[in-house]
Amino acid sequence: MKLFLRLRNSPAGCLIQQNRIEAQRNLRGGWLQSRGASVIFPEDRRWSYSFCESLPGQQAFSKQRNMWATQTIAGFLEKYCSGYFPEFVGPNFQYVLAAIIHAVLLVHAFALSPAVFIWLERKVSGRIQDRLGPTRTGGLFGWLQSLADGIKLVQKEDLCPPAADSLLFRSAPYFVCVASFAAFMVLPFSSGWVAVAADCGLFIILAILSLEVFGIIMAGYSSGSKWSLFGGMREAAQMVSYEIPLAICALVPVIAAGSLNLGEIGGMQRGGIQNWFLFHNPFAFIAFFVYFVVATASCKRAPFDLAEAESELVGGFHTEYSGIRWSFFFMGEYASMFAVCGIASVLFLGGWNTGIPPLDDALYVARNASATGEGSAIVGYLANVLGAFVFVTKASFGVFVQIWLRWTLPRLRIDQVMTTCLKYLVPISCFLFLGATLWPLLLATASQRSSWTPDPLGNRTAAEIREAARVSTNTATPAQASLAPAAKATIQ
Amino acid sequence: MNPPLIDGSSLLFTIFAAITCLSAVAVVVAQTVVRMAFWLVLSLGSTAALFFLADADFVGAAQLLIYVGGTLVLLVFGVMLTASGPYLKIATSPGETILGAAVALLFLFVVFSAVSGVEWPAATQAPASLAAPAGNTLRPLGLSLLGTRPDLDLPDSDQLSPGYLLPFEIVSVHLLVVLIGAAYLARAKRRNTP
Repeated sequence: MKLFLRLRNSPAGCLIQQNRIEAQRNLRGGWLQSRGASVIFPEDRRWSYSFCESLPGQQAFSKQRNMWATQTIAGFLEKYCSGYFPEFVGPNFQYVLAAIIHAVLLVHAFALSPAVFIWLERKVSGRIQDRLGPTRTGGLFGWLQSLADGIKLVQKEDLCPPAADSLLFRSAPYFVCVASFAAFMVLPFSSGWVAVAADCGLFIILAILSLEVFGIIMAGYSSGSKWSLFGGMREAAQMVSYEIPLAICALVPVIAAGSLNLGEIGGMQRGGIQNWFLFHNPFAFIAFFVYFVVATASCKRAPFDLAEAESELVGGFHTEYSGIRWSFFFMGEYASMFAVCGIASVLFLGGWNTGIPPLDDALYVARNASATGEGSAIVGYLANVLGAFVFVTKASFGVFVQIWLRWTLPRLRIDQVMTTCLKYLVPISCFLFLGATLWPLLLATASQRSSWTPDPLGNRTAAEIREAARVSTNTATPAQASLAPAAKATIQ
Repeated sequence: MNPPLIDGSSLLFTIFAAITCLSAVAVVVAQTVVRMAFWLVLSLGSTAALFFLADADFVGAAQLLIYVGGTLVLLVFGVMLTASGPYLKIATSPGETILGAAVALLFLFVVFSAVSGVEWPAATQAPASLAAPAGNTLRPLGLSLLGTRPDLDLPDSDQLSPGYLLPFEIVSVHLLVVLIGAAYLARAKRRNTP
C-alpha cells in the first residue's frame, strides 16, 4: 500500500517506517560505513579529511531520526488515539493529520515572522533616525502596529489597472508568497523539528527560493506600466545573478559536513562554539560574511534595493499594486529574510546548538534519553523547545543586522549592484569554494591533523556512531514494541 | 484493519498529474507569450511535485532549479528583451493547429502503446540491494558520480562496481567550455583606438 510518500522522511513518518528501515539496514549492512569511506580513503584515518569522516555519521543520524519518531506527532496519535477510535485512526488518517499539523505550524511561523520583523523594522529605523517609531498601537512599544497595518491593507480596494494582464497581475503575489513559504518546509527549527527531513534539504531550499524571481518578473511584466517593467527587469537580473554566489557560499560548509541534510549539518556542530562551521576553516569564516551580503542582496534589501527603492522612487515591480496583494510581496520578502538567515544559522552558526559545551551535551543527552525512552519525554521536548528558541534567536539576529544595514548604508546604483556581484562576489566565492576543498588536504599534509579546532568533526561523528550503536542495542522500548504490528500492517 | 477509502498518494498523484496535463494544454492554447510561460511554470512545477511523490528528491529539486527557475527565467528574459510591443501575441493559423494536433496525437498514441505494452508489476519490483531509504538517494547518487557503486557490490567479493565518473567529468568539462564560451561571446568589444 502506498501512503503519503513524502511524509515518510519527516520525523512524523519515521515511526511507521521503522521496521522497514531496520530491515533495509540489515540487508545492506551499513555499506557506506564499510565500503564507501574505505574505498575512497584507504587505511590511514589521519589522512582522511572531514568529508569522508562524516560519511559514517549518516548511519548515526538516520538511527537518531528513527528514535525521534517516539516524540513526533504521528507517534503520539498512534499511541494515544488509536486505542479509543481504532476504526478512524488508521495510518492514512495519521499521515493526513500529521501533515495538517505540520502545515498549520509552518503557516504560523511564516505569517508571524513578517509581522514581528515589520514591527522591528519600524522601531529600529525609528531609533536609527532619532525617532521613536510606533508607540501607541497595542500599548507598550506599539507592538500591535503590524496587525493594524494588516487590517488597513485588507480593507483597501483590490485594484487592477485596465492596461494590466489581469490573470498574471492577480496571481503574481501568490507566486512570491508561496515560494518563500515553501522554503520553510525543509528548514529545521530544532533537532528533528522539521516538516520534511529531506537528504538534499539545502538543494531543495535553494531551488524553492529561486522561484521567487518568477513572481517578480510576472508582476513587473503584467502591470502594463513601464516603471513596473523596468523595476521587474532590474530586480530579476539582480536576483538571478546573486543566486550564483549564494549557492557557492552555501556549499563551503557543506564540503566540511559532507551532507546536504540541514538537520545533519546542524547536529554536527554540537559541543561548543569552536565546532560551528564558521570556525571550521578560514575560508568558511569569510564565506559566512560573503553569504550574508549575498543573502541580503537576494532578498532585495538595502543597500541592494535600487530596483525597488520604495521609500524614494516609484516602487519598482510593485508600483501598480495596492492592498493585500501589495502586502503579500512584503510578507514574502520578510519571510525569505528569515529563511536565508535561518539557513545561515544552520550552516555556519551551529543551528539550534547553544555553543556552550556543557549545556549542549546536557541537551543532547536529554534528547537522546527521551527518544529511547530512558529519560523523561517532557525533558527531551523542553530541550527541543530551547533548541528552537536558540535557532530563532540566531536567525532573528541576522534579520536585525539586515535591518540595521538598510538604515545605515546608502543605496548602490544598479550598475554597481551588478558589478559587485559578477566582478567581485562570484570570483570571491569561487576562490572560497576552492580553498575550502584544498584546506583539509593542506592541513593533513602540513600538520597531520584533519582539523585545526581541538575537536575534529570526524571524532564527533564517530562518537555519535558509538552512541547510536549503544542505543540501538537497547531500543526495544515499550512504545516501539507496541507499534511494531501497526508498522507491519502499514507496509503490507 | 479495513483498507482506507482513498489512497493518499494516488490522490495526490491524480491532482498533480491533472495540473501538469491541463496546464500543458493551456500552454498551447494561450496566446500571450508570458501567459504561456506562466502555464509552463505550473506544468513543470507539478512535474517536480510528481518527482517528489515518487521519492526522487534530487531530481525533483533539480527540476525546480533548472527547468522552472533557470530555463523559464531565460525564456522570459528573451521574450522581454526581444518583444517589439507590450503583450506580444502569437496567433497560429488553422493549418498549423491541425498539423500540430496530428503530430501530438500520433506521439500520444506511440507513448500510450509503449506504456500499455510493459508488464508493470514485474518491471517495478527492484532488487532489494537497490532499494534506497525513501527519498534519501543523495549519497548513493554522489558516490556513483565519484565512480563507485557500493550498493551494487556483493558483500563478499573484492570486485568494485564501476560508477559514472567518466560521464560526470565529460559533462563538467563540457559545461565549463560552454561557460567560458558564453563569457567570450558576451564580453565588451574593445575599440580599435591606437
